This record gives sequence, structure tokens and C-alpha cells, in this order.
Amino acid sequence: MEELDVEPPLTLIPGVDSNRKQMCFAWGPGEMLVYETLFPKEHAEKRPGCPNIFIVRKDQDVYSQTLRKLFNESHGIFIGLQRSEEELAGKSRKAQLVRVSKNYRSVIRACMEEMHQLAISTRDPELHCQHSTQVSILSAMELIWNLCEILFVEVAPAGHLLLHLLDWVRLHVCDVDSMVREVLSCEYPSKHKDFWNAVDIFVLQGRMDDARHLLSKEASANPTSMGMCKILDDLMKKMPILTIGNTQTLTEMELKWQHWHEECQRYLQDGTFASNPHMESICKILLGDENAILEKKELMTTWYHFLVTRLVYSHPTVKPVELRFYAQSSMDLFLGGESSPEPLDSILMAAFEFEIHQVIKECSIALSNWWFVAHLTDLLDHCKLLQSHNLYFGSNMREFLLLEYASGLFSHHSLWQLGVDYFDHCPEYGKVYLELHIERIPLNTEQKALKVLRICEQRQMHEQVRSICKIMAMKAVRNNRLGSALSWSIRAKDAAFATLISDRFLKDYCERGSFSDLDLIDNLGPSMLLSDRLTFLGKYREFHRLYGEKRFSEAAKLLLMLMTARIAPCSFWMTLLIDALPLLEQKEVIFSAEQTYELMRCLEDLTAGKTDNQKFQVDDFEITKVEILRLALARNLARAIVKEGTLEGS
Amino acid sequence: KRRGSGGSQSGRCGRSWLPFAAAGGMEDFSAKFVSQKISKTRWRPVPAAALQPPELFATGSWDNEENKISVWSVGDFGSLGPNGEYQGEPQLLCDIRHHGDVMDMQFFDQERIVAASSTGSVTIFRHHQNNQTLSVNQRWERAHYHVDPDTPFYGGASCTGVICNNPEIVTVGEDGRINLFRADHREAVRTIENADSSTLHAVTFLRTTEILTVNSIGQLKIWDFRQQRNEPSQIFSLTGDRIPLHCVDRHPNQQHIVATGGQDGMLSIWDVRQGSMPVSLLNAHEAEMWEVHFHPSNPDHLFTCSEDGSLWHWDTSTDVSEKPSFFHQGGRSTTLLSHTANQSVISAWLSNNPTKDRMEITNLVPNQTLSVNSLDVLGPCLVCGTDAEAIYVNRHLFA
Repeated sequence: MEELDVEPPLTLIPGVDSNRKQMCFAWGPGEMLVYETLFPKEHAEKRPGCPNIFIVRKDQDVYSQTLRKLFNESHGIFIGLQRSEEELAGKSRKAQLVRVSKNYRSVIRACMEEMHQLAISTRDPELHCQHSTQVSILSAMELIWNLCEILFVEVAPAGHLLLHLLDWVRLHVCDVDSMVREVLSCEYPSKHKDFWNAVDIFVLQGRMDDARHLLSKEASANPTSMGMCKILDDLMKKMPILTIGNTQTLTEMELKWQHWHEECQRYLQDGTFASNPHMESICKILLGDENAILEKKELMTTWYHFLVTRLVYSHPTVKPVELRFYAQSSMDLFLGGESSPEPLDSILMAAFEFEIHQVIKECSIALSNWWFVAHLTDLLDHCKLLQSHNLYFGSNMREFLLLEYASGLFSHHSLWQLGVDYFDHCPEYGKVYLELHIERIPLNTEQKALKVLRICEQRQMHEQVRSICKIMAMKAVRNNRLGSALSWSIRAKDAAFATLISDRFLKDYCERGSFSDLDLIDNLGPSMLLSDRLTFLGKYREFHRLYGEKRFSEAAKLLLMLMTARIAPCSFWMTLLIDALPLLEQKEVIFSAEQTYELMRCLEDLTAGKTDNQKFQVDDFEITKVEILRLALARNLARAIVKEGTLEGS
Repeated sequence: KRRGSGGSQSGRCGRSWLPFAAAGGMEDFSAKFVSQKISKTRWRPVPAAALQPPELFATGSWDNEENKISVWSVGDFGSLGPNGEYQGEPQLLCDIRHHGDVMDMQFFDQERIVAASSTGSVTIFRHHQNNQTLSVNQRWERAHYHVDPDTPFYGGASCTGVICNNPEIVTVGEDGRINLFRADHREAVRTIENADSSTLHAVTFLRTTEILTVNSIGQLKIWDFRQQRNEPSQIFSLTGDRIPLHCVDRHPNQQHIVATGGQDGMLSIWDVRQGSMPVSLLNAHEAEMWEVHFHPSNPDHLFTCSEDGSLWHWDTSTDVSEKPSFFHQGGRSTTLLSHTANQSVISAWLSNNPTKDRMEITNLVPNQTLSVNSLDVLGPCLVCGTDAEAIYVNRHLFA
């Protein structure tokens, strides 16, 4: 067994003192049952045990109303990705994957926004705290996803890489906008206490135009520093920047950069900004002076902001492979040994180091649900980044995480439907998981059963189809809905059960003398052939219809056939023979001599089949029936012989 | 300690990447994820004289631990887009707990909603518009139930369909029962026990005293409440395969034309004046057709939704060739006039070969994988609800 990465979390069961009581548990598919066990001591007085059984749920995020939107909306994106054309070559495939990644992020954002709204609108401090925690988790998820998108999906080359990282930092550090709004809204912006902070933040984020705009306020308000502002503004304006879609080569860029750098250096050295410490520090930042940047630690708030700022002003053409060195040193410099890295820090660091598996592993440990890792891993797998990695259990990591996520969905009373599609896209174990989970879906209405059935039928899960139909048929029988029950067993092609229900129909008929559910039995059609008994039921009903329509000879023929072709069960022969009585007693001769002989043989077979012992047990009524039948048959035979003889003679 | 990112006030990714916005043909839809699987959606009827489109709709949920009836507004307080088009998503006005899955739901009048429950009960909810609340107005607790032969226990049976024609309410259920209720009467006015030996899936009014039901062995039956016999006055059925029928709707002007949808996704058009088999069978969805609706004022248009996740718009008005279109888009139906003396008037729906030359079919929600359980159309507006816990609203159907 592998070593544990972290201590497993402790779940306290409310109301159970684990020091005094022992506990037992049983695994379920998505949850666990926990209960107290009582080991009675010999002399101790008998005390009642704990009456409670606790359900411990593994994945409680599934129960969040807001996160349900995330699960549902991302399900559509996931399906779209699975169906997307793998064949799309190079660039368009990449564009497609980036679009998918952005779709996922926009869903996280939407969810985060809603959670934020909930947090600020609630009055309950505990709920507020819960929602706020969720907001920061969601925002961390989006932050990580965005970085992974840049590094693994977009795979931006040197130069462009930094532009993406800048966007990333700008997107996730939003405090600046409110600060700027506050600064700009006051009468003399340059006198505002946060004025230079705002300028600094813009510079740190590489937002030169915004920084210049603010700087112009200072220039217009303070004529003495106008010259200085002009020069700084000029430096900012001249800063060479790569733009996406620009054909400039990296060498050109580096050359321009060198030039600009030297110019900044000159101004700093000749003390142009010496009289204004704010501008001097900005100039130092432009030169990539690490200490100057670090001084603005409070404004950057995070080491990865520091990293990006540092890269902007000292290594604008950083290559992806070089990132790890700068990342590590930035984190060390920024944290300065004061605090140790948090899980988010290690995850981002792993991403900068291009350790995809480490990213996924750390995320799995740090986050409270499988949604994030399952979807991210799937996306990265579609980018063909995870092919080589196999786990020592299960199939591969993508499938393992998808299975975990989908199993979580299946433990939810309503979200289980989403889980089905995830299992579908797990080639190795998906089907088995689906089979095991789908059988545990409670079927409280026929409509739900039909939905579950559709899922099984589409996937050729014959065993489950049979089992669902059987459950529904059993329920219908228990509710005395024989018609429904028969429908279900016909749908499952369950011959044995159809026989059982047919017997119930026949029994009802024998007891009541009339059929129930005629609308069904008259419309059996080809499904009649499912079981012998069902065929008999259908044919027997047909006999009654023919008889009712006074089509006696057809009815007689059918009745005889039911016995001679052994369609009717032996137990039912006596009933059939009794049914023949009125036909035998008709004025007109209906059974021919030959048919009458056959009827007689049937009667004799029936009585001869019984042992002497049984014969004695037959009550008087039964004996009378046989005698009446014999008499009727004999009389009919006589009439038939006479009639046939006469006809032949004529 | 809150780290760098976060805050939802600014720097947000636009929602322009939303999958439904990207899907072709869905620009006119606004969607909302509602954290519950939607089993029914219904527009609140607009007063007969009013010309404005509906503003309110109700939804019912299913399969949740706690199900709900909710009332939503699509009124104009949503933001307007650059071209003045409506962009806002539906706003929740109020909701109320519903015991059991909402199996069917109808507006009884402007204020009252009748809901059928999987527990077998039928409830009338009242929507109080002055303070936007919902309350229970009336309930028939055991409208549908099973009788266990061995014990005196009565178990509720799912009530699968309900239809209203003020003041009457008709319900059908898994127990094969048909109930006729009247609002303000505590007991059923009429009950047909064991009306059907299989499950009744849906019901609609044919005429004031006659109803249509469809069942799980592919039969369409007409029941006449004037007759005291507890037998259908007419039975129609699909031949052979006994494919269950799940939904039924009647043409709003030509009452003999009836559409049904089946388990195999097939759309059947019936002429209840003649024959016992459908006039036409149209291959449609790949799985259960859950609902079918003629457009109430524009019946050349038909809408169907299915377990396969699609919502289809069937348009027979595009026909321009030989026969004149009998109904004009956007207007009230015109009187039926035969073109020439010997040419009988046949609705587009009853023509022999509807698919070939006179029908245009569009899938309104492409790329949806989970079931579209319900839809409703009224005026230029369409609303549908899905198992993906989303509601879609289109307010410019014929734009």
C-alpha cells in the first residue's frame, strides 16, 4: 500500500461519545451507515442501545443548491467535449479545447457570482460564512483552472505566455478597480491617499494605459512635477509589448526591450526622479528591480502576482520551461520564510513546474468535491497530456476520477441522471459501475421507471431491463393491477412472469365467471406468443368471443384444439369440457362424430390420469360433472352419427 | 485569509461562452438553471380579450427530496439588449412545497393551478398576486390509489394526468381510474373505477362532456360523461405493437383532429370521426415523446418534446403549392373555406403524406442530452423544462 499523503479527515458523529461507545459501519455505494454497537458486560445492568443509525455522506457538495447548477451546466459542456471531433487538426482543435476550457470557467464564475449574492443577501451569520467559504473555494478553482488552461491547453509560446499570465493576474486581482473608482471619484484624485497605490497597482499589473491615465491627473494638478510625469509617461508609452497576432519576432522584441531598458536606466541614474520617491520607485519597477517590486508586496497580495510582475519587467520573453525557476524563487522571496505555503500555493507551483499529476493530486486532496479534478483531468486528457500515466488500480486517472464523480452524483436522489453520461464515457469500468448503481435507483413512479428503463435499453443492459420490469410487474401484481403487470412482463419478455400473471387471470375467471381487463387481453397481438399460458389465455378469451358472437362451430373447433394441441394446462381441462356442454346441448349438431371422440378421449385422459387414491377424494360434485359430460358426449355422438350418416346418404 | 482572487464585482468572464447561446437556433432562448428537475411548465392563460403575450408561467419539479410548484415572471423588468430585444432570464416570483413528484399541472384559471402528484393526490394552489405567494386552496388527498387485496391498506397511486375546463377537473392515474372533480366540491362528482386495465398516461377534453385518454398499451379512448356506463364510447389503437402512448392533444379548432405521442417517439395524428387507427404516423423522436401541443391560436404549428432531449417545432404552414393555407400566421384562424366545390377541406394534418411536401421540422433545443419533460406554447411564447434542471423561454417563436 502506498503511503498516505495527508492524514484522513476526522468526521465526528454527533451524539456519540467515541471514548465510551464503540461504532460499527457498513459501506454503501456513495455513503456509509454508522451505528453504535453494544457489548453487554456480564454484570452490568441492561441498558437500551442507541436507537440511531447515522448516514455519513462522502460528498456533501452534491447537496448544495447552487453547486447543482455547476453540475448541470458543466454536464452539457462535458458531453460536448466527448462528442467533439478528435480529427480536427492542430490549430482548430486547440481553439476548440480552449473554448471548452473557457466554457467551464464561465460556469464556475456564474456559480461563484450566485454564491456571492447569496452570501451578501443572507442574514444568518452561519450561512453567510458557509457561502463565503464556497465563494473562495470556487474562486480558487477558477484561478487554478485558468492557469492550467494557459499552461496546458493554450500552450502559449514564449512572449505570448506572459500576456496570458498578465490577463490571469488581472482577472483574479480585482481590488484595484474599486480603489481606482474611489480615487477618481474624489475632487482631487492626486491628493487621495491611495492615489500612488492605484498607479502602482496598474504598473505592477502591466496596465500601462491605465497607469498613464492616472498619472496625467498628477501632472495637471501639480505643475512642479509635470516634467517628471512627462518623462515617466513617455517611458511607459515606449515600453515594448508583444501583442497577440503581431508578427514581430522574439529577437526584434528583445532588441527593443534592451533599448528601452537602457533608457530607463539612464533616467534613474541621472536622478531625474530623485525628488519624487513614488516615481522613482515606479522607474525601478520598470527596470525590474526585485527589491522595489517586493516593497509593493501589500499591493500584490500574492506571490504569483509578484512572479508575473517580475517577469514582465525582467524576462518578458520567458519560455514555459523556465517558469519553474522563477516561480520557486518568487515564492521564496515573497513568503520570505514568514509563512509556509498553503495548499493553493503548492497547486499553483506544481502547475508552474508542469507537474500535471501533482496538480491533480493536490487538488483532489484540497477540494471537497470531485467535480473539479474530474472535469479538469478529462480536458487535459483530451489535450493528450495524460496518456502515459496509469494507476496501479482501476484503469487510468481520467476514468478513475470520472467514476468517483459520477458515483457521487448517483448517491444523490435527483442528480443521478447526470451520472449516467459520465459512466458512458468511461470505457473500462463505466458500464459495470452503471449497472451496479442503476439497480439502486428507487422506482417510485412508472414514469421514473420508464426513464431508468430507457437508459438501460439504450445501453443493451438486458439484465437490468429484466430486473426493472420485474420489479414494476411485482408492484403491479401486489396492487392488483394485473393488466399493468402483464404489460411490464411483456416488455421484459419475461415468459415465467407472464405465465404467473396469466394464471392469476384464469383463476380470477374461474372464481368470478368473467374476465377482468378485457381491453388488454383482447389486444395482446403478437405478444401473446411470449408464454404458452399467455397464448392459452388469449385463445381462451377468443373462444369466449366467438361463442358470444354465436360462431359456434369455430368456437368448438378452437376449444378442442386448445386441448388436443396441449395449449391448455391440464388443470384447466375440466373447465374447458364444461364450457363445451352448452355447445353439445345446442339444437344443431356442432361437434362432429370425430370431434366428439376426441372430446371423449380428453375426458378419459383427464379422469384416468388420476390415481385411485385421488379418485376417492374427488367430491360428489366432481363426479356429477363427469357423469353429465359423459351423457352429453354420448348423446351428441349419437346425433352426429345420425346426421353424418344422413348427409352421406343424401 | 482570502487570497488574491475572488470578488465577483469585477473582472468577470462574460457569459458569452454559454453553451446554449452558442448552439445554433437558440439565440432566441433565455435559459435558467433552477436546481431542480422540471417535470411541467405551463403559461398562465391570458384573459380572452387581451392581446399581450403571457407574462407568467408555473413549473413543477420531480425526483427531489422536496418538490415544488414555482411561479416565474418573464415580464419586462429584465434588461433590454442592444436592439431592444428582451434578454432577461425568468425571475422566480414565489414557490410552494408540493408533496410528491409533480406529474401534471394545469392552470385552472388566472389564479389557480391544479397539480397532480405521484402520491395520488390532486391539489389546487392559489397564486396571490398582490403579495406574490402561493397557498393550498383545495386538495383531494386520495384521488388515485391502489387497493391491496391482502390488507385493508390503501396505497396512493400516481396521478399521471390532469385537465381542467372550469369548473371541472378530470384526473387519470396509474390505478386506471378516471375522476371528475368540480372545484369547491369535496368529493369526486364521478369516478370510473378500473376504467383501464393498464396505466392511463394522459387526458384531455375532446368536447365539454367528452374526454380523451391514452394508455400504456397504445390505445386512445373517448369517454362520454353523459353516459352512465363505465365504458369508453370509442377505442382507437395503434396496430400490432402496443407501443404505449404518453401524451395527447386536440386540434383547437377542428376537434376531430387529435395528436398523440408514443414511447418510440412517434407522432400519430388521428381523425376521431372515422376508423380506429391513426391517419398518419410520423417518425419523430428517438425516445418517449412526453408532450405534444398544437399551437392554440396557430394550429398549423405543433410542438413536441422528448426524453431524447429534443424539442421539435412542426410547421405545416409553409405549404404554398396547391392548397391555400387555412390558417395564417400570427392571426386568428380564418374560417375554413373549400377552394373548389368538389375539393373537400382537409387540414394539413390529415393530408396523406404530411412529411413529404408540407411540413417543416426544426429542433429548437439542439445538443441537449437530458430529457425535455414538458413544454407549453401561448401566443409568441414557448417555455420548456428539462431534467438538466434548466428552463428555456422563447418569446419570439415566429420571429
